[in-house]
Amino acid sequence: MNGSPLGQALEWMADPARWTGPSGIPARMLEHLGYTALGVLVAALIAIPLGLLVGHTGRGKGIVVMAAGAARALPTLGLVTLFALLMGIGLTAPLLAFVVLAVPSLLAGAYSAVESADPATVDAARAQGMTEMQILTRVEIPLGLPLLIGGLRGATVQVVATVMLAAYVGNGGLGRYIFLGLGSQDYPQMIAGSVLVIALALVLDLLLLGVQRLTAPRGV
Amino acid sequence: MNWLQSNLDQIVAYTGAHLAQSLPPILIAFLLALPFAKLANAAGWLRTGITTASGLMYAIPSLPLFVLLPGMLGTGFRSPVNIILALTLYGLALMVPSASDAFRSVDRDVLSSATAQGYAPAARFWAVELPLAGPVLLAGLRVVAVSTVSLVTVGGVLGVPSLGMLFVDGFRRGIPVQILTGVVLTAVLALMLDALLVLAGRMLMPWTRRGAPRRSRGRERTGAAA
Repeated sequence: MNGSPLGQALEWMADPARWTGPSGIPARMLEHLGYTALGVLVAALIAIPLGLLVGHTGRGKGIVVMAAGAARALPTLGLVTLFALLMGIGLTAPLLAFVVLAVPSLLAGAYSAVESADPATVDAARAQGMTEMQILTRVEIPLGLPLLIGGLRGATVQVVATVMLAAYVGNGGLGRYIFLGLGSQDYPQMIAGSVLVIALALVLDLLLLGVQRLTAPRGV
Repeated sequence: MNWLQSNLDQIVAYTGAHLAQSLPPILIAFLLALPFAKLANAAGWLRTGITTASGLMYAIPSLPLFVLLPGMLGTGFRSPVNIILALTLYGLALMVPSASDAFRSVDRDVLSSATAQGYAPAARFWAVELPLAGPVLLAGLRVVAVSTVSLVTVGGVLGVPSLGMLFVDGFRRGIPVQILTGVVLTAVLALMLDALLVLAGRMLMPWTRRGAPRRSRGRERTGAAA
């Protein structure tokens, strides 16, 4: 086991010195989570209200579908390096990249959540005298919540990966280990960083998958 | 602009390398997804398992996978083989659920009629089931193509030649126009491939052309980059 790259990476991780201080694994993990949360939160504040509006009114559908497709064609690394070069060191440049890459997924999730509601159900709610706001918050959102969370899940995974790449232009987070290892040909450190990022991404994805299952409306 | 003119040869070479790493995963993922999708549709528990595994696979960021694969395969860090294999896995993660949906979208009664008309199972698959699943398969393939072309760039940080090298080099030397060129070319390459797939779809499936009734639903169309 010790000769294999994974064994060496585990050895690297087992060193107690890696678990303390500002460049220790817990600190880097928290940094990574913090950036991810901030990026997803800012993107959600922009994209979810907009997506709900588009889904409810049916206006601007084409733009949402286009944005989701176009975002897939945008290379993450390109945005991260371009913004870093244009805006300099600091949180603004990476945050902008996180938001740009997280918005389409959240927008598509919020839009499809509202759109998925059966038009007959929505009409029935309207016939019972619900206001448009009540229809949105009491009928369309509860019915489509799993799709909304699905958009959140896609955005989170995307931002975890982007935060990792942002370490390339000097930001913190777990990507630091990969790029430090790359620079000094320290492969155990690179592999340890990779394993940690994968673990974080999978845990977050599974957590949100769980939330998605829990929020599925009963009896539909 | 000056930078662009004096580096045209390099850009062309990177574009070629980029295509060489994008096309094999797209093709292999598409071909492998078909049997996997048929398998997934064989039983409910298989379908749930394969769909969940695909979702988790897609959650894994690409760079760590590019780093881990050489250790498992015995390839070098800068070998394009790692990129091609990793992107085939991502392609499968997107394409298998999509192909499973595609085969499920085919009307059972139509398949039964084909059997009643004397189609043997293999002939029924090639002549009836596959063409009818075509439009949904195409929607999935378009998503795979666009996402693969964009993911190839990540290999740039490891020194694997592709348009991603323009990001790495441009950042190192502080030339924004170099990075911008890379972003635009990657997006253009992805959209051109997408347009080619749409065109191929129209030629192979004339019944889906404009004016013919459409069946694809909003969800599958989110990959439709315009």
